[in-house]
Amino acid sequence: MIATNRERPRVLLYEGVSSKQIDAQLRRPLVRTLLDRGYTVTRITESSTFGNLGHTELIVLGVFDQLPSLESESKALTIHTRDVQNDTLESLLEYIDGIAQGVSEARPHWKPWFPVIDYDRCTNCMQCLSFCLFDVYGVNQANQITVQNQTNCKTDCPACSRVCPEVAILFPKYKAGPINGDEINQDDLRREAMKVDISALLGGDIYSMLKDRSMKAKSRFSKERDDDRALKERQRCMDKLKTNVEGLDIPAEVLSSLPSLDQIQAKAQQAKEKAEQALAQQAASRQQSDTTHPSATPSN
Amino acid sequence: MSDQRPILYCRCAYAKVVPEDVKDQVLDRLVDSGHPFESVSDLCEMSARKDPGLLPLSKQKGLRIVACYPRAVKWLFSAAGAPIDGASIQDGEIEILNMRVDSSEAICSKLGIADGQTQQASTAEGT
Ligand code: SF4
Ligand code: SF4
Repeated sequence: MIATNRERPRVLLYEGVSSKQIDAQLRRPLVRTLLDRGYTVTRITESSTFGNLGHTELIVLGVFDQLPSLESESKALTIHTRDVQNDTLESLLEYIDGIAQGVSEARPHWKPWFPVIDYDRCTNCMQCLSFCLFDVYGVNQANQITVQNQTNCKTDCPACSRVCPEVAILFPKYKAGPINGDEINQDDLRREAMKVDISALLGGDIYSMLKDRSMKAKSRFSKERDDDRALKERQRCMDKLKTNVEGLDIPAEVLSSLPSLDQIQAKAQQAKEKAEQALAQQAASRQQSDTTHPSATPSN
Repeated sequence: MSDQRPILYCRCAYAKVVPEDVKDQVLDRLVDSGHPFESVSDLCEMSARKDPGLLPLSKQKGLRIVACYPRAVKWLFSAAGAPIDGASIQDGEIEILNMRVDSSEAICSKLGIADGQTQQASTAEGT
């Protein structure tokens, strides 16, 4: 479950009626710092209003001739108002962080790295679901592929985007296109046509290498030497893997944290079954709807 | 002078994929422009936790989103249950400006907040 920062206050720069503009020397670094710390920052002016974005705390900052009377659609909203005329950046941040600490839990750092599906391209083939060993994908009630467990995704690993035959999987924070969401060109499509052989990745070479590694570690080396050996073997294994899966751009940390052979096989089997089940249900409901709503096109 | 369309700025705070100078310059111009705006620390993170705040944002008429690749932004909103109408993006009713590719000058100019385009404390219909 991703820790929510919805409880983190929203900061409103009030530059509306009966107020002056906040000093530019303060405003610029303040907005940058607040955004970098995870706050939502809104500026309203004389004729603009602010909508409800689901926050429970609102911090209103301004240089007021008269304190504004703000109305919100949300009854659950607590409003804190502060005239910032005599504030420094530090004093303001201390004030805002103080309110945030009182109402929101500290969030563990998580780089938002997860697949996003482009449904204009996705054909619901379930390759991604079969491929992923970490339960990131699932199916919704309509048997459509969805991303269900975003935080299970291995940071900086875009491997599943390579197995999608439709180039339908994005990682917005990836360095290069089309995985980062850039438009797809003919070259991309050609490249994607030469698909990674999933079985080579989940089976064959990798399995035998992993097996090899664990057998050797078990039988030939003393406990003391195991760690050293295993480290070297893992390194060799990974170098080989990197060559084998070149182009997949799987980070070394991910390769080195692959589950055990048995776990991989069990996971792969589970994922495959889940995908097959979803496809079967999808086919069944399509068949049912064909029976219930036969084609309106008259036959000749 | 900047026009009346609402602006949503994404800081992309949790990764270094948007050039720092571009995102800083655009934000500084926006802050100095007097134009009302919404700004969030990271749309990706909001999408991942299906932040309910994305829904009202997605429904803003004439919204201009300053973030990254339009295809990524469109499907991030969709993944959060706050789909942006594809047709609105096509016909320019909703515009997504890409700080990973465009210069800060180009983006500010499209927003109407480049040097010489703004008028301090300009007003706009906000959220
Ligand atoms: S592999 Fe691609 S096309 Fe197939 S279900 Fe996954 S996202 Fe859709
Ligand atoms: S939407 Fe784009 S700009 Fe915003 S956080 Fe995600 S990758 Fe960064």
